[in-house]
Amino acid sequence: MPVTLRDLPKEKLLLPGNASCPGCPEALGLKYLGMALGKKVILVVPAGCTSIIQGLMPGGAFIYPTLNVPFASSDAVAAGVSAAKEILGEDAVVVAWGGDGGTADIGFATLSGAAERNDNIIHICVDNEAYMNTGIQRSSLTPYGAWTTTTWRGKRENKKELPLIMLMHKVPYVATASVGYPLDFIAKLRKAASIKGFKFIHLHAPCPVGWRFDPSKTVEVAKLAVETGMWILFEAENGKVTISPPSRPYADKSKRKPIEEYIKLQGRFRTLTKDDIKILEKAVDDAWNTILKLAGK
Amino acid sequence: MVVKPLTGNYAAAYAAKLSRVKVVAAYPITPQTTIVEKLAQFIEDGEMDAKMIRVESEHSALAAAYGAASGGVRAFTATSSQGLLYMHEMVWWVAGSRIPLVMTIVTRTLGPPWNIWTDHSDIMDQRDSGWLIMMAEHNQEVLDETIKMFKITEDPRVFLPGMVGLDAFILSHTTEPVDIPDQELVDTFLPPRRQPYVFKPGDSLLMGNVPRNLKENMRMREDIHNSLEAAKKVIEEVDEEWGKLTGRRYGGLIECYRCEDASHFIVGMGAWVGDMREAVDSLRTNGIKVGLIKVRYVRPFPREDILKWVVNAKSVVVFDRSVSAGSAGPLFLDVAAHLMTAGIHVPVKNILAGITGLDVTYEDIADAVLKSVAEVEETGKFSRFIEWYYGR
Repeated sequence: MPVTLRDLPKEKLLLPGNASCPGCPEALGLKYLGMALGKKVILVVPAGCTSIIQGLMPGGAFIYPTLNVPFASSDAVAAGVSAAKEILGEDAVVVAWGGDGGTADIGFATLSGAAERNDNIIHICVDNEAYMNTGIQRSSLTPYGAWTTTTWRGKRENKKELPLIMLMHKVPYVATASVGYPLDFIAKLRKAASIKGFKFIHLHAPCPVGWRFDPSKTVEVAKLAVETGMWILFEAENGKVTISPPSRPYADKSKRKPIEEYIKLQGRFRTLTKDDIKILEKAVDDAWNTILKLAGK
Repeated sequence: MVVKPLTGNYAAAYAAKLSRVKVVAAYPITPQTTIVEKLAQFIEDGEMDAKMIRVESEHSALAAAYGAASGGVRAFTATSSQGLLYMHEMVWWVAGSRIPLVMTIVTRTLGPPWNIWTDHSDIMDQRDSGWLIMMAEHNQEVLDETIKMFKITEDPRVFLPGMVGLDAFILSHTTEPVDIPDQELVDTFLPPRRQPYVFKPGDSLLMGNVPRNLKENMRMREDIHNSLEAAKKVIEEVDEEWGKLTGRRYGGLIECYRCEDASHFIVGMGAWVGDMREAVDSLRTNGIKVGLIKVRYVRPFPREDILKWVVNAKSVVVFDRSVSAGSAGPLFLDVAAHLMTAGIHVPVKNILAGITGLDVTYEDIADAVLKSVAEVEETGKFSRFIEWYYGR
């Protein structure tokens, strides 16, 4: 069922005046999370930008109950909370909300463990493609060619295909999403919450600070990632892959915008050469070919 | 009540079952493994109404137990050695969150080299974290203290997690007759779980976000310290209550052996306290008035109890099965510091023995103490405060 604006609650679960930077994609994501799941959420947050965004103790900008936890622990803590809520018969959706580091790097063993055990939680990877909270250092999800403060001349390695790695864990639900497509994200969150077991949602989150673009352009950059084919929206229920509506047109390569449109808005790609762009273009084609094969197209 | 032959590890598993633990999360490591195995069997056989989270690491073991406990149910885990060090980050996090839970530590030395034998390096590495830390002498004490630890840690005056330590193999894999109390007795003793807060959907509770005021943050640390001080009374009360129900009273934070007329004291903790008792008997037959102070709780540290006994002593010999390299044994450092601050000027010496699992017999202990006492009797002091003892 597609979600419309009319379906969304008016109550804000992320309060204004939180400590996010201007144009922060994580603040958008947190707002959509509240809209999607309301007061059923218990949030588990490993170290990262969201540790800061929620504001200073004893106050806080989150209405959802939140456990802040060490970096490599979020899915295990969430599994414990989920077990307790099930034993006590409380209706809760336990969400581990980690960045690319907390998910794909330092948090990866914990993520993989919870996925393999099929713990009843949703893990959302809010992917801003570098360690932004510590000052823009590269991660395994930083794309090829991107400047960071540990890759001054551009990263030489490719972005890890985390959603596919999670798909190969054979968990009941895997999806990608983007802060540029809130209704798609909300629909996926609601579907995930209705499924028992381990759910993984990879949320693409363009960061104006780390990617070096104007804070007013977060949504524009997020949409361009989808329109150029650099980020593919799909979901997989019990391993069955479906390309999501916002990405469907771009299965046809000729409909995709040139990746330069996405790249030129971002200072982090300013050192890219023509050869680098060719490498990125090939990566887009490869990713699409894989997804189309998985979707049986 | 039934007396059964149990290993120390099975005693810990029975205690978790009797305490009606609802979530067990653990990762196998020698010599802790049989605790997890036994609990898995209890749960699969329907003897224990709990969920087992078979985690992929010790870091996740304590993380999952912490999550369950934060969600409002009694949680348990167990580990050893490298596993304990791997979860060290979570050890601090649980105490800082003031979430009561109980963890069994089968004490084992640390690598390299790979070595599975006992010493106390792993558990003593946790002593600054804010957990209650207890060391058992025998398997009955493992069972009793694990059940009691739930009650102590869930007392509102305490609200901190607790560890029960038992020596690798000497207790963990050695079978002794253990009196297993009836479930009804434990149910009478152990009230429903209490904890400072529970995460529930719809309840806007934030734990652990960045503090605005560092004075408040520092006060949280002081509160942990004060709660550990307050725990001393709770430990005594619970020991008394358990004693009334079972006839087994241990004496609170310490247990004394032949201390009444002693002029020289041995201080030690863990399984080798059994050997120390033998050593005391043997020294006494030689006319040396030695008493033994068994430290049951390392945290909170039994300052008052120890000072009371040694105030007029001629010497104190502290046995450590671990060392704070570059300083001295941690038990010795605590004893020496508290003697000093209380103005008690008694010769005090640290014997470092049994480290890396090197076997120590009661004859070794008697030998080391005999030589130490002889030196003090002759010169009135110890010529050196640390002795690395490798056996006779």
